[in-house]
Amino acid sequence: MSAADGVEGLAALVVSWARPGEEVEAYVTRSRTTNVRAYQGEVESLSSAEPAGAGIRVVAGGRQGFAWAGTLDEGVLKETLEEARDNAAFGQPDRYAGVASPDGVVPPALDLVPQELRSTPTIAKVELALEVERAALARDPRVTGVRVATYADSYGEVAVATTTGIAAATEAAVCYVSVSPLVEGGGDTQIGSGVSAARAPSGLDLERAVADGVDRATRLLGATKPASRRVTAVLDPEVTAEFLAILGATLSGDAVLKGRSLFAGREGDAVASAAVTLVSDPTDPGAFDAGHIDGEGLARRRVTLIQGGALQGFLYDTASGRRAGRASTGAASRGYSSTPTVGAPALTLAAGRRGREELIAAVGDGVYVQEVSGLHSGVNPVSGDFSVGATGLVVRGGSLAEPFREATIASTLQRMLLDVGEVGADHEWLPGGPAGVTLVVHEVSLGGA
Amino acid sequence: MLDPSLVTEVLQAALRTGGEFAEVFAEDARSSSARLDDGRVEEVTSGRSRGAGIRVVAGDTTGFAHTADLSPEGLRAAAEAASAVARRGGGGTVAVALAAAPEERTGVRVLPESVPKAAKVELLGRADAAARAAGGGVRQVSATYADNRRRILVANSEGLMAGDDQVKTRFAVQAVASGDTGLQTGRESHGLSRGFEFFDDFDVEEAGRLAATRALTKLRARPAPSGTLPVVIKSGGGGVLFHEACGHGLEADLVGKRASVFAGRLGEQVASPLVTLVDDGTVASEWGTYAIDDEGHPAARNVLIQDGVLTDYMYDFLRARSEGRPVSTNGRRQSYRHLPMVRMTNTFLVNGTEDPEEIIRQTPYGVYVAQLGGGQVNTTTGDFVFGMTEAYLIEDGQVTEPLRDANLIGNGPDALRLIDVVGNDFAMGPPGTCGKDGQGVPVGDGQPTLRVGALTIGGTAA
Repeated sequence: MSAADGVEGLAALVVSWARPGEEVEAYVTRSRTTNVRAYQGEVESLSSAEPAGAGIRVVAGGRQGFAWAGTLDEGVLKETLEEARDNAAFGQPDRYAGVASPDGVVPPALDLVPQELRSTPTIAKVELALEVERAALARDPRVTGVRVATYADSYGEVAVATTTGIAAATEAAVCYVSVSPLVEGGGDTQIGSGVSAARAPSGLDLERAVADGVDRATRLLGATKPASRRVTAVLDPEVTAEFLAILGATLSGDAVLKGRSLFAGREGDAVASAAVTLVSDPTDPGAFDAGHIDGEGLARRRVTLIQGGALQGFLYDTASGRRAGRASTGAASRGYSSTPTVGAPALTLAAGRRGREELIAAVGDGVYVQEVSGLHSGVNPVSGDFSVGATGLVVRGGSLAEPFREATIASTLQRMLLDVGEVGADHEWLPGGPAGVTLVVHEVSLGGA
Repeated sequence: MLDPSLVTEVLQAALRTGGEFAEVFAEDARSSSARLDDGRVEEVTSGRSRGAGIRVVAGDTTGFAHTADLSPEGLRAAAEAASAVARRGGGGTVAVALAAAPEERTGVRVLPESVPKAAKVELLGRADAAARAAGGGVRQVSATYADNRRRILVANSEGLMAGDDQVKTRFAVQAVASGDTGLQTGRESHGLSRGFEFFDDFDVEEAGRLAATRALTKLRARPAPSGTLPVVIKSGGGGVLFHEACGHGLEADLVGKRASVFAGRLGEQVASPLVTLVDDGTVASEWGTYAIDDEGHPAARNVLIQDGVLTDYMYDFLRARSEGRPVSTNGRRQSYRHLPMVRMTNTFLVNGTEDPEEIIRQTPYGVYVAQLGGGQVNTTTGDFVFGMTEAYLIEDGQVTEPLRDANLIGNGPDALRLIDVVGNDFAMGPPGTCGKDGQGVPVGDGQPTLRVGALTIGGTAA
């Protein structure tokens, strides 16, 4: 089976087995992955694999059924379609249920698979993992070890076909190096984490990954618990990106329709400070979750969610769009083992004019939040309650001062958006999905001693 | 699942380049789930995943490859890919003698595949109706039924060959309530290593009522305090504290790299003398239970902390081998597509002696946590964080007002030392999924009611 006729051919084949009166959607994917972990100058592990799988959705009489298999074996795909068909009989009818139909939107022109990745030999990948470990150990005398240094890449292809005329495919590659250095000083130990990601190995910035990993750890040495107070927080670009990812969940049209979003019924309202313009733009080639098509085979597209603080709209997949009387915004997100859900790909804030140093100087007194933890447990995207663990540096007299740890930052998503003071100029796409940018948020509760 | 002579041949092929240890892990997993949302059964899903992972160890290096193709050709190709890291040559043919054919065990009475889908779907509607009947403020309900059956076979070049048949069933309800203060959520979930007989002892309607009541109660919740306070944790509501505060820090892969605050501290008093902490994969039917770990070794009960003294770490095969000690059977992996590493099973604090009511009465001011949510730890510093999904204020020895969701933060070694009273009402908590290095595995936790003298509450109230 060649790559050319592989996933697209199989998706079309599954759809050709549809019976009259039923809609069938096949989502077929195959990838190649390499993962190298280095430890103490040796290869700790080297994994290589070609995982593949297919998810099949059947909608008949408004009832939806789904089944998936972790293989592309034709016989298994037949059984999987049968299983999805059988499952559909147990769903309850929904007049909005159904697979996507072609909407005429042309997918963005993106080249997400540089030739270079295909031609990089495994030995060169191994060397990258070893090199990033060596560089971390050499950067600072306080580095006492590296928990893990990794090189990993994946190349994936996806095809979606439906009985309603969708026949779309996409491919994308990504690679990264990451390093977790252990640093010691003054009787204290910290661990850092640095990552650089790119579409191909030549785009990786090892020095940046190492500098991030080491420097972010060393500057926390000797950190203490701060006093509880209300402060202005300057969020590190990585923290901002994590904040945007949570915000994305509240802007899902499905959550809005089902009464699970704090933004339901607020279109047109000023939900954020005028400094906030938020866009989902998977058509930007710099975004790591840029793509040609969404999980239902529709073109990815740019959607403005908040403009100058005013809520513009929500993201939709086909079913939630129908329910809302809107078109899909091409925001269906999925793997082969699940049905589409509304995602928020490539979220980005419109950049401001001042860099990080200027923002810190302007804030004067507050905290610089370098890292947050417990986002999955301490933030409720339905109620908006926001409470996370935080480490970082105190901001005093317009400069970064002593480090703090074992603290919490709390507010609500609603308040934080209104309390955004300024967006930095240092916009950068990060491997996690959303773009990072320095963000000033007033009036958060710092919890500590 | 695989013919022993084929397994022998694949192991021999895997060692041909000079590796000193090879392993075949084959898995056949099936799952089904059904989800109700917005008053309708949205979909019923079935999944199937089948394949094998092959690992070859040469010196300190592990080669790994996996395949969904269990044919002799597919397995040989994976063995070749995995063995590419061992380039010492001269491996030749290594004799591999496998022990007697594996015996699969299951304590499960009603296999999920023997149950009609209609019976699974019917549970959802009952939970939904009960949740909606709990109060007028309930605006939305979702309910999920999920089961999975995972058959595994592990064989290695040291002659081990073993199998397991793992069945799990889980049910969860989430409710959203709406009032003057906005939206609030409540959740109830339960899961066990059992088949459909799970529902003989689990009342889905009660689960729906509980989820709804939690959401409704939180509508009148006030913002949590901000700062350091005594925290009383209800039995079964906070085992995740031990999972995060010290469990991860006792995993030998992290300890061995000195990425744990507990490294080098065996035999030392690391916790209050009231703390005896156990990791036990043998507890009947619990969520983190198995007959064998994912490296083929029978599950065990391991005492990690005895009366506050650190007694042992948790090990997988490679880490135990490098230290010349027996495995503790904590070698687990998410699927055949993953390498095993050190993971917890069911981790719990054993019972103390105090009456739980008395613990609250003896707390003048603090927070009562009925249910903690997920958490996260930095094992290097010991700093951990987890969410309070159901919490109340304690004033003058009485549980008073409900609190809005917030995180708790602390430091593992400090929190363990600050446990000043432990109740006599041990209970296991809801099923969990523990994430580490991108792999999720099912884990259980539990504890009796206890009090930590001081933890930092990440609320917004002064």
